[in-house]
Amino acid sequence: MNPIIVSDVYKKYGKVQALEGVSFEVEKGEIFGIIGPDGAGKTTLFRILTTLLIPDSGEALIDGHHVVNHYKTIRNMVGYMPGRFSLYQDLSVEENLKVFATIFDTTIQENYHLIKDIYQQLEPFKTRRAGALSGGMKQKLALCCALIHKPAILFLDEPTTGVDPVSRKEFWEMLKKLRDQGITILVSTPYMDEASMCDRIALIQGGNFLKIETPTNIREQFKKILWSVQSSRMFPLLKDLRKYHIVKTSFAFGDTHHVTIDQSGEDYVSDQLTMDYLRRYLEDKGHTEIMIQPIKATIEDCFMELSH
Amino acid sequence: MIFTQKEFYHIIRDRWTMMMLVALPVLMIILFGFGITTEIKNSQFAILDLSRDVATQGIVNRLEASDYFTLEGYVTNTSQIESVFREGKIGLLVIFGQDFYEQLVRTGEAQIQLIADGTDPNTASTLVSYATSIIRGYQQELTASDQQGVPYQILPEVKLLYNPTMEGAYNTVPGVIGMILILICAMMTSVSITKEKEMGTMEVILVSPMPPLLIILSKVIPYFTISIINLTTVLLLSVFALNVPIVGSLWLLVFISLVYIIVSLALGLLISSVVEKQLVALLISAMGLILPIVMLSGLMFPVENMPIALQVVAQFIPAKWYIVAVKNVMIKGLGFSSILKEFMVLSGMGLIILTISLKKFKIRLE
Repeated sequence: MNPIIVSDVYKKYGKVQALEGVSFEVEKGEIFGIIGPDGAGKTTLFRILTTLLIPDSGEALIDGHHVVNHYKTIRNMVGYMPGRFSLYQDLSVEENLKVFATIFDTTIQENYHLIKDIYQQLEPFKTRRAGALSGGMKQKLALCCALIHKPAILFLDEPTTGVDPVSRKEFWEMLKKLRDQGITILVSTPYMDEASMCDRIALIQGGNFLKIETPTNIREQFKKILWSVQSSRMFPLLKDLRKYHIVKTSFAFGDTHHVTIDQSGEDYVSDQLTMDYLRRYLEDKGHTEIMIQPIKATIEDCFMELSH
Repeated sequence: MIFTQKEFYHIIRDRWTMMMLVALPVLMIILFGFGITTEIKNSQFAILDLSRDVATQGIVNRLEASDYFTLEGYVTNTSQIESVFREGKIGLLVIFGQDFYEQLVRTGEAQIQLIADGTDPNTASTLVSYATSIIRGYQQELTASDQQGVPYQILPEVKLLYNPTMEGAYNTVPGVIGMILILICAMMTSVSITKEKEMGTMEVILVSPMPPLLIILSKVIPYFTISIINLTTVLLLSVFALNVPIVGSLWLLVFISLVYIIVSLALGLLISSVVEKQLVALLISAMGLILPIVMLSGLMFPVENMPIALQVVAQFIPAKWYIVAVKNVMIKGLGFSSILKEFMVLSGMGLIILTISLKKFKIRLE
């Protein structure tokens, strides 16, 4: 039986429908990512799975235990790291770890091997108060605290939010190591670029799962023509692109714009010709240094496509 | 119990919390204690003398000779007593019955009545005690001068107008203890638990094998300890700095205080189980607990003088019962039987509040 089984879970807060029938299963020893923007329902889902909220309808089983009826059993075996920084700011690094070890009825020594790699980076600061740590360090400490009792399943709600890119990369490396030790990890993130770090991902939007797939498959299933477009004036470029009739969608992606092309219309002849038409159209609009390149879809492109 | 230790760290490392917990009780007892002690000089008094003999004249002269009193005048009959006080010119009236000296010589005993204006109970009690000691001085002199060595006794009978039980005088200490304990137990407990909710640490603690009861207990123990320390400092201060003695049993006083502390802690738990934010917890404790204690518990105003509606409300304030119990034990020196009712009421309140707050303690986030 899979460690996490969720079937048709609904949850409503007042008038806001946070989850609208979510179903998925996570396999043992897998990093499963829940990818979606803020307010998509990620935290609600995590809270239901960690027994903190009761779903309105639907069922969720953690290692075969019902999240509502057997909440005590579940609380004994999972590790949970909430989205907000939830350590004791006025306690030192070491004290925080000790407190959490005690809450889970264990000692730092007992499971030191699990957190060793992470904790070694924190060791120089072990007498520093948690509130005075950098964002990356805080998250590493929080991960240590969530791991200290050797949980079978780890729930990490946006562990990398507010963390610098280098620390984020390190953090994911740690997660992979933990997975290799057999720990099942459910992780959420609003950063699409982190999706490729997961074994499988679910794209979530407005309380609905858009798709559950491996990151590679999701990108490969993207069938549209996708170009990246650049010019010297990026903001007017986005407006002009959206006005052009063969361009189906156009979004800003960092320093380029990603456009998909309408292949169904009679104006579409071939890729190369259409690209030339587009270039000419943009030149007419007064753009210079125009660069158009066909690209492979990223997870974010897929997300935009699916959520449209 | 590292969890309790952790709670102590929280308290010690937050300078302001620490200051409040340690300095506030001292500050309060000193403010309330010394603030109300008014130095009395040249207070006006009147005489109703039905004997007009050598002894009454002697006492009047002595009173007048002291720094404390100035004779306002004589009152000629009892019907005038009310009106003299109404005019508010005098703070004390001394009444001698008929044949004062004769009675003193014949029976060795005579009575003197002191009536004081009880609207300001502190001044009244000071005036009465000054007058009593002056009269005692006269009595000793009289005894000493007597050849046969007959011990004369002049028994002052004290009566307070308007505030007969003298609420307020020694009220400060019991009242302040009642207030400090609520402040520390209820307010600090509720704030510290809501802080965990606000910081998100409660979320993590909930998703752990730790039973809710243990979470609560480890939160409560530090404040329990601190309130005992505070009780000790306040009692020491009141005995040695304010000269309010502990007349009755110290252990009985500690015992009833422990009951009250438990009620206060339960109140704190109740607040924190209903409220999500620190600020709200703080406001509820301040408005809902401390304000009523100050206004309604008898700390500032005697409960007996309140409108009936407020008197009814006052019955639900734990501090009111505690203050009565402390007064009975500490000031009047009465035994356990005298505070049985207060003990029962406080225990009942504690039990009810504790049950509700334990039932209301959320094992989830909603």
